[in-house]
Amino acid sequence: MSEKPPLSVLDRPNSYIGRSVPRPNARRLLAGRGQYPTDMVLPRMVHVAFARSPFAHARIRSIDTEAARAAPGVVAVATGADIARLCKPWVGTLDHFAGMKSPPQYPLAMEKATWQGEPVVAVVAESRAEAEDALELLDIDYEELTPVTDPETALDPATPVIHEDLGDNLCFSSRVDAGDVDAAFADADLVVEEEFHFPRHTGVTLEPRVITADYDPSEERLTAYHGSQTPYQMQDVYARHLGLAEENVRVLCKDLGGAFGIKLHVHGEEMTTCALSMMLGRPVKWVADRLESFVSDIHARDHRVRARMAVTAEGRIVGFDVDDLTGVGPYSVFPRTSAVEGNQVIKLVGAPYAIEHYRAALKVVLQNKNVMSQYRAVGHPIAFAVTESLVDKAAAELDMDPVAIRRANYVPDDAYPYKTASGMAYEQLSLQQSLDRLVEFIDYEGLRREQAQLREKGVYRGIGLGTFVEITAPGAAFYGVGGARISAQDGCSMKLEPSGRVQLAISINELGQGTETIVAQVAATELGVSMEDIRVTTGDTGSTPYGGAAWASRAAAIGSEATVRAARALRENILEVAGAVLQEAPADLDIRDGQIVGRESGEERLSVAEVGRVGYFRPDTLPPDFHPQLSVVRHYAPQGLPFAFTNGIHASYVEVDVETGGVTLLKHWVVEDCGRVLNPKLVEEQARGGVAQGIGMALFEECLYSEEGQLTNASLADYLVPLSSELPDIHVTHVETPTQYSEIGAKGAGEAGTAASPGAIMNAVNDALRPLGARVSAMPMTPERILTALGRI
Amino acid sequence: MEPIHEITLTVDGEQTTRRVTARRSLADFLREDLGLTGTHVGCEQGVCGACTVRFNGEQIRACLMFAVQADGARVDTVEGLTETGDLTRLQEAFHRNNALQCGFCTPGMLIAASDLLIRNPDPDREEIRAGLSGNYCRCTGYHAIVDAVAEAAQNGKEAEQ
Ligand code: FES
Ligand code: FES
Repeated sequence: MSEKPPLSVLDRPNSYIGRSVPRPNARRLLAGRGQYPTDMVLPRMVHVAFARSPFAHARIRSIDTEAARAAPGVVAVATGADIARLCKPWVGTLDHFAGMKSPPQYPLAMEKATWQGEPVVAVVAESRAEAEDALELLDIDYEELTPVTDPETALDPATPVIHEDLGDNLCFSSRVDAGDVDAAFADADLVVEEEFHFPRHTGVTLEPRVITADYDPSEERLTAYHGSQTPYQMQDVYARHLGLAEENVRVLCKDLGGAFGIKLHVHGEEMTTCALSMMLGRPVKWVADRLESFVSDIHARDHRVRARMAVTAEGRIVGFDVDDLTGVGPYSVFPRTSAVEGNQVIKLVGAPYAIEHYRAALKVVLQNKNVMSQYRAVGHPIAFAVTESLVDKAAAELDMDPVAIRRANYVPDDAYPYKTASGMAYEQLSLQQSLDRLVEFIDYEGLRREQAQLREKGVYRGIGLGTFVEITAPGAAFYGVGGARISAQDGCSMKLEPSGRVQLAISINELGQGTETIVAQVAATELGVSMEDIRVTTGDTGSTPYGGAAWASRAAAIGSEATVRAARALRENILEVAGAVLQEAPADLDIRDGQIVGRESGEERLSVAEVGRVGYFRPDTLPPDFHPQLSVVRHYAPQGLPFAFTNGIHASYVEVDVETGGVTLLKHWVVEDCGRVLNPKLVEEQARGGVAQGIGMALFEECLYSEEGQLTNASLADYLVPLSSELPDIHVTHVETPTQYSEIGAKGAGEAGTAASPGAIMNAVNDALRPLGARVSAMPMTPERILTALGRI
Repeated sequence: MEPIHEITLTVDGEQTTRRVTARRSLADFLREDLGLTGTHVGCEQGVCGACTVRFNGEQIRACLMFAVQADGARVDTVEGLTETGDLTRLQEAFHRNNALQCGFCTPGMLIAASDLLIRNPDPDREEIRAGLSGNYCRCTGYHAIVDAVAEAAQNGKEAEQ
């Protein structure tokens, strides 16, 4: 043998890696043939509807269900106590969050309802309409209690304690302290500071949360058709909390109408639906209506951040001092908790910059509002809006250009590996390179000229930059070490069909981000077959290997590594069979375009289909004791540092109408470095979709609560989701810094769009307002907030 | 018992007679009585556009109409319009441009886009954005959808020439 065999999938001929292959599974969705969990129908299926607490905080004195039970079509009525007999409560804390507290949470409220919208009673009927009719006949006697709705006073002695057993309303607190912050601020030539407000918003998946639970008492098996982005986690939760054997619980989710982090938390309605199916021995379906989604899907954000940044006269950033107060719901959400976002904020402020002095304090307080937990880009949009806003403020005070101050302060591209003051370890980022790319990509100088010319005509345009560093593809460091049973690894199985085609099953699921496509790209490349020859199955705990599934931008990074290993093993096994047939050394053979070829000569020897035929139907023609192994499974656990880090920078170009306070988004640009790009188009679409959600946060979306804890805009007509007419074109370009810890080097791309867009837009708005001496630091930046900042109302 | 009404209508070219309650929405009727689950329900309030279908040739929100109001009407859903080829050019362009992620908005979006192209065969990006502003998409940020509709319009023009 003259040459060494190719070692990596990246060296394979006819590679699909890095190509914008369209998604094969999109065809079904385009034809209206998706199979979403809301479409599920089973024989004898009944429907559940929930009575919800009309009060934010109330004692439940009594519940009279008699009239509801007698209503037409009603099959069962269950209270909190009834469901608690079948389902154990859960506690949303993690062991590595020292001192964290949250009380046991039951699927339905027990003695007390603690937020407006908390499910209290479940009514099951033959149709959803009949179940809803019967809700009206329930007689629930509530004693209203004083609600806790202001995070600022949640810990005051005069404020009622939501859960007496906890002693106070503090869920978690934490601090980071590095260097000598007090001295750094005392010595600083300039200190910029600001108080920021990031109110609650929510995911608004277009398909609401949904489950059809089908319990078969004869086998004690539960099959849950659940709109979930983490089927394995839910298999574990259902088994443990409903007292079932894990192998008897199967969670399926084929297509899913949006997830964004909303559909990986444990909510009471799904648990109740499963318990009801066990109670009744027949399938029970629940679909949230939009009002229910608003009051029960987890909310996100709600941070008040006070932050200061110390700078030298030359524009050198020396330190940050941050205080984050975040109001969560009455319970920390299981199993990921409601403290992770705040915990990320206090690590990520200042993350792109080489600073020594860093202090951050976090308080997470309980509130009588809907539960709150992780949503796309957890903590990042908060941290980078704060950081980038202070950086721009300092630049303005020092009369520096925003590009120049960033370039001078980024962790330099040649400084890696690097550890931040807050303790995060970076393998390799490309902050300076990405900034240079952006300046060119957006014609920064040209934009500045245009801005200046228009300003003379009384047109107020602004340019805003937003840098990000993003935590992706975590190993066990996020949850596993804290005792949560959430898999940090993933698995991929592959089998050769007798036809020579391949079935692939993987624990990473498809949320529309393109998982099935990228794993087929990787598998086809490594195997040496066409992508059309690969059929991918996801979203079924019963027929795929165990894994973590899709969260924290891990699908591409971890899934592609499991896939390449499985594909390599299958290729080797196919070549073993081919070698036996041809009486040649398998190492001298390869697979290209679905044919077994001589590795050196490239000469076609045999089709893969022939290997399948002989391997399955004529093993008698193979040497004695040769057993073709044409199915394989391989798993991959992330290696190296606890997290991969991606980075990039956004730019936003806006026009502010100073008469109406309206903001028009003219353009948005993203430079992102997600490591190896497996499919540029799919990465771009992840960025664009993420930017749109960041735009929602920056300009439109807010869950508005009254002082009494009533959500006052719980409908799609009142809660503003960005429309096509409100969004700009979003241009994306790539810098590629693959991680060296894995073979392919992908790091993850699902959340980068959301991480930095709100900050970039805030900077653009403030850039537009600067000549008028106005500034906003609260989101969403509504016309009202802008006119207030301008002193016009 | 609720009164039941008998209705006869043509759905995707097939005449069908069914018995429905007065409060059954057309969207639920299509999805649950006829099993045409390509029509989606995102808000039941006429806001999101996921339930968009053609009703006597005009696009409407199937969640805002009762099934009884469709008595005698012709309703076309994404399933039927796929079979007739009415949406092919848009579907191809959506596929090439990856103008869908989860796909939940997609059937409504395709019908809204085809309606837009019937009214204005040569829209610019702004007109496309305005024309689709009654259809929510939470996944894509709309850019790729605008690209796809522009491409379908272009291909339509070329096919005419
Ligand atoms: S479901 Fe009809 S418009 Fe939303
Ligand atoms: S693709 Fe998911 S809502 Fe449009």
